[in-house]
Amino acid sequence: MDKADRRPQTMDDGLLSTVHRPSSPKATGWRLFLKTIIARAYPRVIGQQRDTSWMLFDMLMPMGGVIAYVLVYRAIGAPEEYVGFVVMGGAMTAFWLNILWSMSSQLYWEKETGNLALYIMSPNSMMAVLLGMALGGMLATTLRALVVTILGSLIFHVQYEVVSFLQLFTVFLLAMVALYGMGMMLASLFLLLGREAWHMANLAQEPIYLVSGFYFPIKSFPFWVAAAASIIPLTLGMDAMRQLVFPSGVSLGFLTVSTEIGILLVLSAVFIVAAKLLLAHMEKLAIREGRLTESRR
Amino acid sequence: MAVATHNPHPATPDSQFVIRISESWRSFKMATWLGWQIESNWTDPFLFAVYSIVKPLAGASILVVMYGIITHGNFSNPMFPYIYLGNAFYIYVGAVMTGVSWAVVDDREHYKTLKYMYIAPIRIPLYLLGRGVARFVTGSIAVFITVMAGVLFLHVPLDPLQANWPLFFLTLFLGVIMLALMGLLLAGVTLLIVRHEGFIGEATAGALYIFSGAVFPLDVLPAWLRPVGFAMPTTYWLELLRRSLVGGVAQAFPTLSGFSNLQLLGILLGLSILFGVLGVFVFRRCDWIAREKGLIDRTTNY
Repeated sequence: MDKADRRPQTMDDGLLSTVHRPSSPKATGWRLFLKTIIARAYPRVIGQQRDTSWMLFDMLMPMGGVIAYVLVYRAIGAPEEYVGFVVMGGAMTAFWLNILWSMSSQLYWEKETGNLALYIMSPNSMMAVLLGMALGGMLATTLRALVVTILGSLIFHVQYEVVSFLQLFTVFLLAMVALYGMGMMLASLFLLLGREAWHMANLAQEPIYLVSGFYFPIKSFPFWVAAAASIIPLTLGMDAMRQLVFPSGVSLGFLTVSTEIGILLVLSAVFIVAAKLLLAHMEKLAIREGRLTESRR
Repeated sequence: MAVATHNPHPATPDSQFVIRISESWRSFKMATWLGWQIESNWTDPFLFAVYSIVKPLAGASILVVMYGIITHGNFSNPMFPYIYLGNAFYIYVGAVMTGVSWAVVDDREHYKTLKYMYIAPIRIPLYLLGRGVARFVTGSIAVFITVMAGVLFLHVPLDPLQANWPLFFLTLFLGVIMLALMGLLLAGVTLLIVRHEGFIGEATAGALYIFSGAVFPLDVLPAWLRPVGFAMPTTYWLELLRRSLVGGVAQAFPTLSGFSNLQLLGILLGLSILFGVLGVFVFRRCDWIAREKGLIDRTTNY
């Protein structure tokens, strides 16, 4: 079902003005960079919480998928740990949807609403804007994912046995950094897209749920398919977290947790550097081709 | 300044009827064309074809992999065609029902043309239904590809010579009309809603996915939730589609095994009429309220 997911996340656009108050002395350098990050994260963290009904929808919608897949597993007599896999996968869909609709497509929405040109002409770094989007999105989505996990666990009586909280926290953090780094990179790629951006984001939902093993262990795929899918940070992130929180997780794991942590570390660095390089390139290209203010509906 | 006009040839009831039919047909036809353009002309035909194929196949593949892992690839079990075909035909629910209601969001919020549609000489309900046709076409392509992939690669036991094609096409026709009218109901509700219009179709389709026994028999649901499933026309629609294509395999499940095809068809028809009448009534009521409150041209930038 689609998602569907069709959610133009522009509610925070109007709120930006609330944090752009004249300040003295004028911030420059790193101070400006940090202030920009906070300013862009603010509407995502605070603004979205103000709209409680939206938040409610965002938390309850993934539950539909979770319930359906859990019942499919029960219908075919799957072991109970698969129910836990589905609950975790359902919670993590919130992050992937956030990456698609509120990171990758965000600059397209900003273009549609006229904010993008304002970002470009303001004296701050676009990288800081993207980082702010990522930070705000990550915090707001974590809250939603947490609610899905708690609800799913309560409804379906999921049992957890955490092996190492430190490793679990590290894996989650690295997966998020790599994932949002990837989101920042995709945002710069989407900068050039017109209305096809919506369709591209829509297209990237189910195939990623499939190849990243949102609802089943990634080990079920042939090695090279699973290895290729590992380019999506959630693939290894979920695999490692399942190994760390479910009793039978280790036997269904793709690689060892420490190897997956190492790969996630590399992915984090690669995606953030690639985002910076691509953003600079795409911004120049978009300016040269006059695509920053176009609105092809 | 009002200008009085005098029509020397007042329309007779017969000619008024012809005009209404002509206007309705024109509304439906043009909306269908417009819907198709919106759905398809954002890219080149190749990418559009890839888009139309990859998305439904990926959705079906999730279930196939889940099933394959647990049963160690035992695709000959009747449960597999039950899940696979239910999921494949469920594509229509999202496509048709949400397609009709989404046209309100698209026209009001995105293109900002809904107010122009309201002042144009067209019939709005037929215009919205026409906008759903494009989704029906793309949905049909997705369903066909998904079913064919199941038959060719996953041994879904669909024998074209054994299938009950008259029952299949009759069920499909009834179901699509039923879904379109349910879409109209949602379109009416959408007219009155601020900011969450996009969720309405998605939430309804999601709920129907669970309560219609699309990918698992209704017996898997807790007993207190099953009556909801029995009240949904989609439950009987999916059951009839399965029975018409894979016959005895579909009848192996106890939930609706006590009903003959004719009985199921009767229930489907009855519930379709009920939901259809409800859809038209709700749309008319919501449309009236939306006009009264000036909501037709409201945009929220969400």
